[in-house]
Amino acid sequence: MHEWALAEAVIKTSIEIAEKEGLAQVTEVTVKIGNLQQVERPILRFALSQLRPSRFKDAKFRIFTAKTTLKCRVCGNTWVFNKNSLDKETVEAIHFVPEVAHTYIKCPKCGSPDFEIEQGRGIWLETIKGVK
Amino acid sequence: MADPRTSIIPERLSRVRRVVAVSSGKGGVGKSLIATSLALSLAERGCRVGLFDLDFTSPSTHLILGANDVQPTEDKGLIPPKVAGLEYMSLVYYSGNEAAPLRGAETSNALIELLAVTLWNELDYLVIDSPPGIGDALLDLVRLVPQIEFLIVTTPSRLAFETVKKQLRLLQELKIPVVGIVENMKMTQASSVKQQTEALGIRFLTEIPYDPAVEDAIGNPQKLFSTAIGRKVRELSKTM
Ligand SMILES: Nc1ncnc2c1ncn2[C@@H]1O[C@H](COP(=O)(O)OP(=O)(O)OP(=O)(O)O)[C@@H](O)[C@H]1O
Ligand SMILES: [Mg+2]
Ligand SMILES: [Zn+2]
Repeated sequence: MHEWALAEAVIKTSIEIAEKEGLAQVTEVTVKIGNLQQVERPILRFALSQLRPSRFKDAKFRIFTAKTTLKCRVCGNTWVFNKNSLDKETVEAIHFVPEVAHTYIKCPKCGSPDFEIEQGRGIWLETIKGVK
Repeated sequence: MADPRTSIIPERLSRVRRVVAVSSGKGGVGKSLIATSLALSLAERGCRVGLFDLDFTSPSTHLILGANDVQPTEDKGLIPPKVAGLEYMSLVYYSGNEAAPLRGAETSNALIELLAVTLWNELDYLVIDSPPGIGDALLDLVRLVPQIEFLIVTTPSRLAFETVKKQLRLLQELKIPVVGIVENMKMTQASSVKQQTEALGIRFLTEIPYDPAVEDAIGNPQKLFSTAIGRKVRELSKTM
């Protein structure tokens, strides 16, 4: 449900960009969600459709999920995040603040929590298309 | 193209009248105790107050408050639970009893996330407990929170105050409001910190003696007000 808060952020930022680029009507907004955060796509989509202002009335929201790659800063190992190895509470904690992944996930090769979230962390505004 | 989270932050804080970060260039000077006492004192005076623990890697305020078994409610965002009359937010809700080993960019990201999704009620004060240093937390607060003000804590030691003076000059250069200085853990009558603070044009708020009873009050907000910290900060809260 806190997807609403993220949707509000997407709409607010999109409006700012549309204004800056002089778009009278926005036709398409592309949002990327990193698999790590486990954002519920249907809720996000619903929230975006409810929150859209008139300038966005014909806009198509494209939402795609990006896989999460983690890279160990100690041994250099790179791996793909998979929530199936974690319990429900942990997945939920990471859902609210993805950085707590560093509390629960260790490098599968050397055991270090010192890894970088190379890609697929959370929500990201990819592109906005529209007509001037 | 863009991180959508930062643009919503001013709106999330728009119903908060004052945001006061308790901060110090130096560690271990009493920030967490003073931030918690300040939030409690303001609430006691009838203000609506939030407390946000921004010390993600070594949070303390949940221990001082004795906050147990509470979690934010998930609605169209995260609604902080009430602890001792305060709307209370901390990363410990999510990191629990385990370490959160975060690097600078990661602490920034966690802060942006929490500021973007936390739904504070209308508040008179949001008190922030900061980690020590003149680094990520201070720079992020300056960058992200339009109405940020700093309350700076020092001890009488030159090892603390020399760093604090640099911090004060930086904030002055950046034109960020400084509520004033608190001198904590005083053991003598020396007045040099007070004089130097005033020479910088900054308010000297109060001095707090070293009080060994503080340790016993940790986890018990009421007991805090029978210690020197609680009493002095309660007085101070009347002048905010
Ligand atoms: N006036 C005082 N009298 C006695 N002990 C005190 C006083 N002020 C602080 N302390 C003690 O000093 C220690 C540090 O206090 P506190 O954790 O509030 O400092 P801090 O500045 O938040 O530290 P950090 O930089 O690690 O966040 C604690 O053990 C606390 O009980
Ligand atoms: Mg502290
Ligand atoms: Zn490794």
